[in-house]
This record gives sequence, C-alpha cells and structure tokens, in this order.
Amino acid sequence: MKVFAFHLMPYGALDMSFAEEYSSVWLKLPNSYFDPKIGHELYNRYLDELELAAELGFDGVCVNEHHQNAYGLMPSPVVMASALAAKTGDAKIAILGNAFGLREHPQTLAEEHAMIDCITGGRLITGMVRGVGCEYFSMGANPAFSLERHTEAHDLVVRAWTEAGPFAFEGKHYHFEYVNTWPRPYQQPHPPIWCPSQGSTETIQWAAHPDRKYTYLQTYSAFASVLRYLNMYRDVAHNMYGYEASSEQIAWCTPAYVAETDQQAIDEARPHIEMMFNTLLPKISQSMFVPPGYMSAASMKQIFAHKATLRGGQTIEDMIERGVIAVGSPDTVRDILTERHRQAGFDHLLLMPQFGTLPADLSEKNICLLATEVVPALKALGESDYIGFEPAAAAAAE
Amino acid sequence: MADCTESKIDIRGCKVHMRRGGSGEPALFLHGASGVAGWIPAFQSLAETYDLMVPDHPTYGRSDEPEWLDNMDDLAMFYLDLLDEMDLDGVHVIGNSLGGWLAMEIAVRSCIRIKSLTLIGSAGIRIKGKPITDIFMMDPDDLVREIFVDQTFADNILNMKLTEEQTDIQIRNRVATARLGWQPRLFNPNLRKWLHRIIVPTHVIWGDSDKIVDPVYAAELGKVIAGAQVTIIEQAGHLPHIEKPQPFVDAVTGFIQTKAA
Repeated sequence: MKVFAFHLMPYGALDMSFAEEYSSVWLKLPNSYFDPKIGHELYNRYLDELELAAELGFDGVCVNEHHQNAYGLMPSPVVMASALAAKTGDAKIAILGNAFGLREHPQTLAEEHAMIDCITGGRLITGMVRGVGCEYFSMGANPAFSLERHTEAHDLVVRAWTEAGPFAFEGKHYHFEYVNTWPRPYQQPHPPIWCPSQGSTETIQWAAHPDRKYTYLQTYSAFASVLRYLNMYRDVAHNMYGYEASSEQIAWCTPAYVAETDQQAIDEARPHIEMMFNTLLPKISQSMFVPPGYMSAASMKQIFAHKATLRGGQTIEDMIERGVIAVGSPDTVRDILTERHRQAGFDHLLLMPQFGTLPADLSEKNICLLATEVVPALKALGESDYIGFEPAAAAAAE
Repeated sequence: MADCTESKIDIRGCKVHMRRGGSGEPALFLHGASGVAGWIPAFQSLAETYDLMVPDHPTYGRSDEPEWLDNMDDLAMFYLDLLDEMDLDGVHVIGNSLGGWLAMEIAVRSCIRIKSLTLIGSAGIRIKGKPITDIFMMDPDDLVREIFVDQTFADNILNMKLTEEQTDIQIRNRVATARLGWQPRLFNPNLRKWLHRIIVPTHVIWGDSDKIVDPVYAAELGKVIAGAQVTIIEQAGHLPHIEKPQPFVDAVTGFIQTKAA
C-alpha cells in the first residue's frame, strides 16, 4: 500500500464570533475574516508539515482546490504543488483535485500540471473533480452543464497531453483552434489521473470505464459508505465493464490522529476535529450544496426529500465509532487501518494529519508518530491482506 | 366558461405540453422559472376574450427535453418555429419573469406574428447595482414566501402535498432554469442593444411589491422599449396574475383593446 499525507490547509485562526452573523464559512463569509499575516504563517507552516511527511517516508503529499471559504485555503492547488516540488524528495505530489470544468480555459491547468510533472521528473498525480456545489456560485460556472464540462475538459486535457499539436479541439463547451501544449508532461502517456468523490455513481462509472481505469478516491465519510462506494467501483468494473478492478484503482482518505495513548489522542484531537466537522464543514444550505443540475435528478430528489444539510453537532467519539476518522494510540490506529484495508483493499490511503484548529506542535507530533509507528506497517500491506472482492457478497451487503 | 384542454403539440420533433382554452384572438402565455401552476383563474378570465395558449417550455413541466436546448437563444428560436408551425398570426404574447425575458428575445428576432407584448415582472436585462434576487441561492421555501405579498398564497403552496410527478417536475424546472439563466444570472447582456426591434405595442405590468425583480425594472423597460406603457398592480408581488387576477386581467385586456385592437 502507498500512504499519502493530505492537507486541506484550513483557516484555523478563524474568529469564532463569525457564527453570530454567518451560518457557514463558505461563499458568503466576508474575506475580512482572513488576516493575511496569519495566512502567511499558516501557508508556510502547512507546507512545512507536508514536507516533513515526505521526509519521514510518506509516499506522497496531497493538496486540493476550494474557493471562497475558511475550510480550505487552496483556490489554486497548483500553487501549493509548485511550492512543494523542490522540497519533497521522491514523494509523489497529488493534486486531488483540480476542477478543470469550472474553468473557461482548462488548457491553462493542462499546461501547469505538465510543468509540475516536468519539474518533478514525473512525480505528479492529477486529480480531476467537478468542485463542490458552492463553487458553481463562486466561479459562475453553470451547474446544469457541470458533468458535460467536466468530461469535455478531461478529453481536452488528455488530448493536449498525449497528441502531437497543434490540433483544433472542437467541443460543445470548449473550442480552441490551436492546442499545442508546451511543455508535454514528463510521465508518458500522461500523469496518473484520480477521481476524488464523496460517492457519486456517475463518477464511479466514469472513472471505472475500461478506457480510463482511473483511481477512485473516496473522501472521508462513515466507513460503511466508504466500503459501499469502493465496492461499487469494483462491482461496476466487474458487472458493467467485464474486468476485475485492481486495488491500485481504489483509494480512501481519512483524518488520522495518533498520540501516546488512546485517551490522550482523543483529548488532544477533540476540539480541533470537532471544529472541522462542526464549524468548517456544516450548515452549507441545500441550495448551495446542490445547485440545480449538479447531481442527477434522482439524487437531487433524494436530498430534497430528506431536507439534507450538513448539520454539525458531531462528537469525536461518534466519528471514531462510525469510522469517519482514525484516532488513538499507534497500535489502535494501525489496527483500525489494517482492518479497513482488509475489508476494502484500497492500495492508496490518504491520511489527513492536520484538521481544523490542530496547532503546529500537535500536527508535527502526529506526523512523526504516524510516519514512524503506523505508516511502515501499512506500507507492507498488499493484496494478500485483503479479503478480496466478492460481487455476490457486496450485493448482499447492499 | 372556457375550460382548457391539454394536449401534446409536436414542433419539429419536440413535444410540447399545451394548455389551451377560449376563443378570440390568439394569446400565448410564457411561464416563468417555476413553470405553470395549472389553469389559474387569470387564465380562465383571459380565455373569455382570447384563444389562450399556455405551453410548458421545452425541458419544463411535461414537455420534452430536446438535446439542442442549451440557452435562451435556442428557446427563442424554438418559439418562432412554434408560431410558424401552428401558423399563428396577430398573437398577443404575455411573458412572466423568465417568460418575459423569453418574450423579449422572441420579439427582437421577429415581431411578424406578434400583435402585442405584455411583460410581467420580467427578467432579461440588468440594471447595474440592482441585481435580480438570486433565486438559486435562496432556500426554496423562503423563495415562495418572497414571491407573494399575501402569505396565504405561500402557505397554500408550502402546505401542498406534492405528488411524485410534481416533485419530479419541480426539479426539472429548477435545472431547466439554471440551464437558461445561471450565468449571467437571468439576463442577456446583449438584449438591451436590440430592444428597439420590438415594434409592437408593449405593456409592462409589475407588482408594486415585487421582491424578485425590483419594480425599478418596470420603469427601465418602460423607458427602453419605445412607446411601452407601465402598469403597477397594488399589493402584488412577483406573480400579480396569481395574486391579483382581476386587476391583472383588466390591465391586460384594457391595454390590448385600446392599443392593439
């Protein structure tokens, strides 16, 4: 198994009195709440944390994209990936992901990813995402064309990386007379493409297609649904496309915190993980969360029926219980993650060692403990430690 | 009494769900973002004077979802096709909100088959600093409340138990409206340049308390469309034809009788 360190780069210094006036940290929280001097310190600290993870033996470091919020400060993960390029040794740099279809001109991202791939000698992993619902408000992209633009931007980028230019790209949403990407990516035919998702049937079917076989990355959620979606990928590969998905096509991301004992880990992580799940994530209105057309009509109907919003009010014990996060002593966390792997067989595991307000000293301690006490054992896990995929069993578990 | 009949009309392979009632000069009502709420009292009254047609736009309600429909240009061209295929002449076109925007887009392209234009709480242009309320951002229930002055209308809608089909249609309509009007929000930056091409008598009707498209837009459209008449309906929000049917119908028929007979 390959183990990565994933960072959201949250604005942990948020003045919590914001909640008196604003219901969410997304889209409409005034940027006067962002202090650039604190931002300067946080960015550099967070970059140091990822560099430390790479130095201590994580296989890769991961960044992602979100706009206009305090949850994650990387509107351009390309900037962070570039900053990481020089100081991460042989570690992979994974942009998980960039929202190519949110752009009017995805070619710029194709160029930038190719640059990073060349600079790093082929250490880039490209993630392609559609962006969360709010981002269709902040970027002015039409959610009714979200899926069309996503797949078309993908086609443009892959052709830009693999075909001799110049050629004309003649799409519905994108039309360019001259596509001739300089530089070409270092990796041939192109950097690996991953598809991070909160669990979307459309994304799973698209990623698993035999023309693509892209790694599907399930972002953090209760482990029961993680398992369901990861098995759905294997099931789609088996039943829809007639091939057996390799475990390299399966990835999972989870916040992880390790301390000397289980109780100490819970005590240390509690305020920070609860701040992330109860303050940074929740209370996004249904309208912002699911703009029209962003999801299939059937999925929208389900969400409207349940009046679903991310409500918050979660405790660390509850999140541990449901397997959203892995927290405890090194032995505990190693055992949890080994057991998860035994059930789900992901060949890529992304650990998020910093979350919410977790301060520098605890983040650093966590990264060190994970790197020395947990990651080596996880790296040794392979296909023989996985129970294997049984289509019939997966169907019965539904 | 002129009740409506409902049928599917095939326009170049796209089946449109059409409500039609009454007799007289043809009138075409173009609905707004939330679709058609049935054969409402205002339609019933108008049908005493006109041959009133109320289609679901393609991709809305019970109409087809043609692959070619990507934007408001496509929809306007489609309605020119519809007028041709149905061979309608001297049509009184009445559009509400998004349907008002559509009515203007049709009229700037061709007024040949149009006898008069009525715009109710219309979207379609932008006055800088006075955006149309972001209907995509608002909570759907709050939006219903904002639409009406008389909250009993909102209560009735919010307390309605929707059938499976009605829920599906609600979602379809939301997606259809995003398709047409997400970016830029419910207007066409180029439309204002061509409004001089509207050469039929035009009537701008607005609720005095419209919280979705501010009544300043009534004055603006009255100014930029040559010879347009503005009527403000008292104690009405964004849907004066629903909230104040009789004053609305009187305004429509009165204008047509005096200006477009």
